[in-house]
Amino acid sequence: MNRPAPAIGFSVNGQAVEVPTAPARRLSEVLRRALGLTGTKVGCDAGDCGACTVLVDGAPVCACLTPVAHVAGRAVETVEGLAAGGEMSRLQEAFLAHGAAQCGICTPGMLMAAAALLRQNHRPDRAAVEEALSGVLCRCTGYAAIIDAVLDAVGNGPAARAPDLGRGGVVGRPLPRLDGAPKVLGTECYGADHLPEGTLEVRAIRSPHAAARFALGDIGAWLKAQREGLMVFTAADIPGENRFGTIPAYADQPALAEGRVRFRGEAVALVAGPAEAIEAADLAAFPVAWEPEAALLSPDEAEAVGAPLLHPGRAGNIVAAGRVCCGDAEVALAQAAHVVEGAVETAFVEHAYIEPEAGVAWMEGETLVIRASTQSPVMDRDDTARVLGLAPERVRVVPCATGGGFGAKLDLSVQPLIGLVALKTGRPARMVWTRPESMAASTKRHPARMRARVGCDGEGRLVGMEFDGVFDTGAYASWGPTVAVRVPVHASGPYRIPNYHATGRGVHTNNPVSGAFRGFGVPQAAILQETLFDRLADAAGIDRLEFRLRNALREGDATVCGQRPGGVGIAACLEALAPRWRAGLAEAEAWNASGGAIRRGVGVASCWYGCGNTAIANPATIRIGITREGRVRLHQGAADIGQGADTVITQIAADALGLPLEAIERVGYDTALTPDCGKTSGSRQTFITGNAALRAGRALRARILALSNAGAEARIAIEPGRILVSEGAVRREIRLADLAEDAQGYVLSAEESYDPPTTPLDENGQGAPYAVYGWGAQMAEVEVDMELGTVRVRRITAAHDVGRAINPLLARGQIEGGIAQGLGLALMEEYIPARTENLHDYLIPTTGDMPEIDTILIEVADPEGPFGAKGLGEHALIPTAPAILNAIRHASGAVLTRLPALPHRVLAAMRAGEAGR
Amino acid sequence: MQELFRPRDLSEALAILAARSEVRPAAGCTDLFPATAAPALQGAHIDLTALEELSGISRTPEGFRVGAATTWREAIEADLPPAFEMLKEAAREVGSPQIQNAGTIGGNLCNASPAADGVPCLLALDAQVELASAEGRRMLPLGKFITGPRQTALGPGELLVAVHVPGEAARGASRFLKLGARRYLVISIAMVAVRLVVEEGRVASAAVAVGACSPVARRLEAVEAALVGAEATPALAARVRAADVAAALSPIDDVRADAGYRLEAAAVLVRRAVSELVTHAGECAA
Repeated sequence: MNRPAPAIGFSVNGQAVEVPTAPARRLSEVLRRALGLTGTKVGCDAGDCGACTVLVDGAPVCACLTPVAHVAGRAVETVEGLAAGGEMSRLQEAFLAHGAAQCGICTPGMLMAAAALLRQNHRPDRAAVEEALSGVLCRCTGYAAIIDAVLDAVGNGPAARAPDLGRGGVVGRPLPRLDGAPKVLGTECYGADHLPEGTLEVRAIRSPHAAARFALGDIGAWLKAQREGLMVFTAADIPGENRFGTIPAYADQPALAEGRVRFRGEAVALVAGPAEAIEAADLAAFPVAWEPEAALLSPDEAEAVGAPLLHPGRAGNIVAAGRVCCGDAEVALAQAAHVVEGAVETAFVEHAYIEPEAGVAWMEGETLVIRASTQSPVMDRDDTARVLGLAPERVRVVPCATGGGFGAKLDLSVQPLIGLVALKTGRPARMVWTRPESMAASTKRHPARMRARVGCDGEGRLVGMEFDGVFDTGAYASWGPTVAVRVPVHASGPYRIPNYHATGRGVHTNNPVSGAFRGFGVPQAAILQETLFDRLADAAGIDRLEFRLRNALREGDATVCGQRPGGVGIAACLEALAPRWRAGLAEAEAWNASGGAIRRGVGVASCWYGCGNTAIANPATIRIGITREGRVRLHQGAADIGQGADTVITQIAADALGLPLEAIERVGYDTALTPDCGKTSGSRQTFITGNAALRAGRALRARILALSNAGAEARIAIEPGRILVSEGAVRREIRLADLAEDAQGYVLSAEESYDPPTTPLDENGQGAPYAVYGWGAQMAEVEVDMELGTVRVRRITAAHDVGRAINPLLARGQIEGGIAQGLGLALMEEYIPARTENLHDYLIPTTGDMPEIDTILIEVADPEGPFGAKGLGEHALIPTAPAILNAIRHASGAVLTRLPALPHRVLAAMRAGEAGR
Repeated sequence: MQELFRPRDLSEALAILAARSEVRPAAGCTDLFPATAAPALQGAHIDLTALEELSGISRTPEGFRVGAATTWREAIEADLPPAFEMLKEAAREVGSPQIQNAGTIGGNLCNASPAADGVPCLLALDAQVELASAEGRRMLPLGKFITGPRQTALGPGELLVAVHVPGEAARGASRFLKLGARRYLVISIAMVAVRLVVEEGRVASAAVAVGACSPVARRLEAVEAALVGAEATPALAARVRAADVAAALSPIDDVRADAGYRLEAAAVLVRRAVSELVTHAGECAA
């Protein structure tokens, strides 16, 4: 058994290699570990995601499904081989130019699948590209940019994807992302890609039960039966406070469970050791005596009288509740000319980023260093430090690329676990979750059970609305309180509703932990609200778009919280849809007149979304420094998880300074080097960190101008060792060597913070919870198969008011990606614990599911945003699902009350609609 | 313990299987790897991809022979008569191009998933499977080979070496329709394979099979009987009676759809496949 494995010979990117390896090893493992070619990514180990696509003798295969023996004597090509001699291929350049790489984790697989196609077919059309890329899942882009890039690379598609909205500076220009080159070259380092010498691999033992007491058995005896070098860590080894949580007041989740588990997939112990020993370990035999308990699997069960409490002190298993009231909704509805009511139930939705949670931790002297994929470096540092009993300064979170987050990588995952092992052993410790492990143990979108009533007067003016939403927050608090508070604020949609009563609550169950997922409950609420509005418009006999325009908030109007926000752009968005709306209605009518099993329909829905935390502080701080040599360094601590903060913040800083983009070096998030920019969530980075960058840039510019006695309009140029300031014909020079260096090595620097001005909500939810809102409206055109209940979305027209598009290319990417997730939410995504813990039972959209998307960027400047900019990341997903559902109803009469709208549910809803008529 | 045998010829492979009952056959590995979280296949396997006798599609005096280790990609690219069109259509729906490049037709049959894309098509081609062991060879109708979900009639030491399609069944035109909740990379809710032979304007023979609606894909004999002899006009599809479809099937409720829906969808899909075939009736001619 210990004989050295015979070598297997093949070529990789033209180079002959001989690898001593077991012949039945996955090719992906051999490429990544034995050959160090980490450009090939592993997303599922099951052939479901295609991230590991490589070419074998020119044909694309999943490296995770290929035993290395199969490539003996053959030619393997990986992403590292695409850039011949370090020169990006045309395909890679096109990916970069089109924004085809957002988080970048699927990019190597996409590139390889595309490269295989282009060798066979020198001028493929869109359909051929869609089919060739159909085996690679992307969760960020909605595929449009990727398909455009492939077509452009062969001169068969548009060269530019986004308008140039620049007005002199770099703000407004559709620049390719600044961190894009490593993503298309395959050199980017993600959570699983960094392997220091002597690293211990860490595996978790997880609960197979949703609720159970447990006792650990004879671990010593188990260890004796394993290879040498294995170590076990349990809750008893945790030196600090064994609980974490994104909201400190609600922190309730143990890093390793103590005698009791509350959801399937909860970790109870860690096994660490050298890779070979871990691979051989019989983890299934790890000694745990489980005593399963009755599990509470729905909020109904959890709120029932006498139900056991998951957490002491949370009566009724309610983690938190929110409420927004104005006027008298009950009276208003009683007097309304038209009233509709309805209920909607949504499912657990999985983030399904293609990069499962992964990272490595090691000690540098007394400091624990953690390099893991994350959306929230400073929160990771503080929470991990608490669990491990360290002062926050003793934990340093350093950057690695994050292969998609969408909310779930705000919560701790591997950090306290690898931190514990590194701290206890002094050796680097690495953990890479498997796909089923990621799906079981990470957070989900809250399932919602919502009811609402809404009424209007005879002219179609909204007079009142009642809304109640119960959200299954699962075993631990995570972001449940945020959802409970955010939903009642937003459940009105961006409309004037004088009488409003909305409540929301999060309820603990023994289900997976529900946390943050792009929109914090607002997408669920919008599904009910926007579908009810369609029915109300019909009841009032008013065109559905016109109904929304009639009720849309206008500048100076009060929201249901009594706030009068600035830069209200919803009407502009709805108006931008009007031409397509009229055409779409006419086309659908003409199509349907000819009969047949396929009917067409159109639907519209709006969104609004407050950027940043709800009525609590969430500052960001940016530092910019100039070295004696004349290097300008931007300390940018906002985690870029693919959305583009690195690029957007740098664009803002450049224009604030009045310097070209190329003059600025970025120092990426690193808790030792970058001030806290807060978490990447709540669509807050462009707005909040952007404002900090704007302030820091302007402050530094002001210092430079003051040093040279120049006026505000002076031009600044930076050269090695000096700054040149010119004003008309007058030129002045600042010699940097003459200036004193500060402790950070800068001769000139500025650090500025921004915290959005909000006011707390009173007991009726009245106040100013957000300083900036973003607005949007989308229109869906669908086909419904009246015999099968299948739905095909043909086109989405999306108008989003971003205030100011700092980077139209990235903004468009956010919209297209949001639409893909909204489409999945509407039509196919449903996470069921223990049943859909993989990417073939849990479905996310593929290339073939995406419609044509027309994006319309609207710029109604916000008085508070940097250059007028508003947030966008979450907004884009909110209108998609209700717009699709409204189009399904328009086409078929089906009113869906349970999501996703799988074919059998659509067919049943169609029948129910017919029966009801 | 990990072992991978790579025999060069069939007799060597059969000798290994005879000597080591725990050795599992492996070809494209597209079902084997997803079943483990480990970085390598666990246990002992015998790799069949280097065996000449298991590869490729050829004509035989009796009809067509499809080597068990023929990949879906090879099936798509093979020069085959229109009766095989449904098999090619199914091949394009198996997973993704990556899966089609590795996964094999024999593996699809031996894996015996109720939702195996290849099975309805091969049932509608009256396929027989050729099994070999150190003891000798035998032929079995495909319908008798797959005995239940994840169960086959393979005996100890026995290997599926080829699928045979008799010349009589390689006639007519065919269509495969797959229904899933997304466009690509999807496990079927229901799928149908239909082959019609039209002579002098009438259906001379019909083969109709449905997958993912019973533990093993089924031929729908009552539906076939209702089609045979009828005029190949657009009215033909109306002869597909829901009751005849339902009688042959026993679907379950699962995360993809409920049983009642599957029965309805199967009938709709069979009618559509029939209808599309008669619209191009010329191609159905034997």
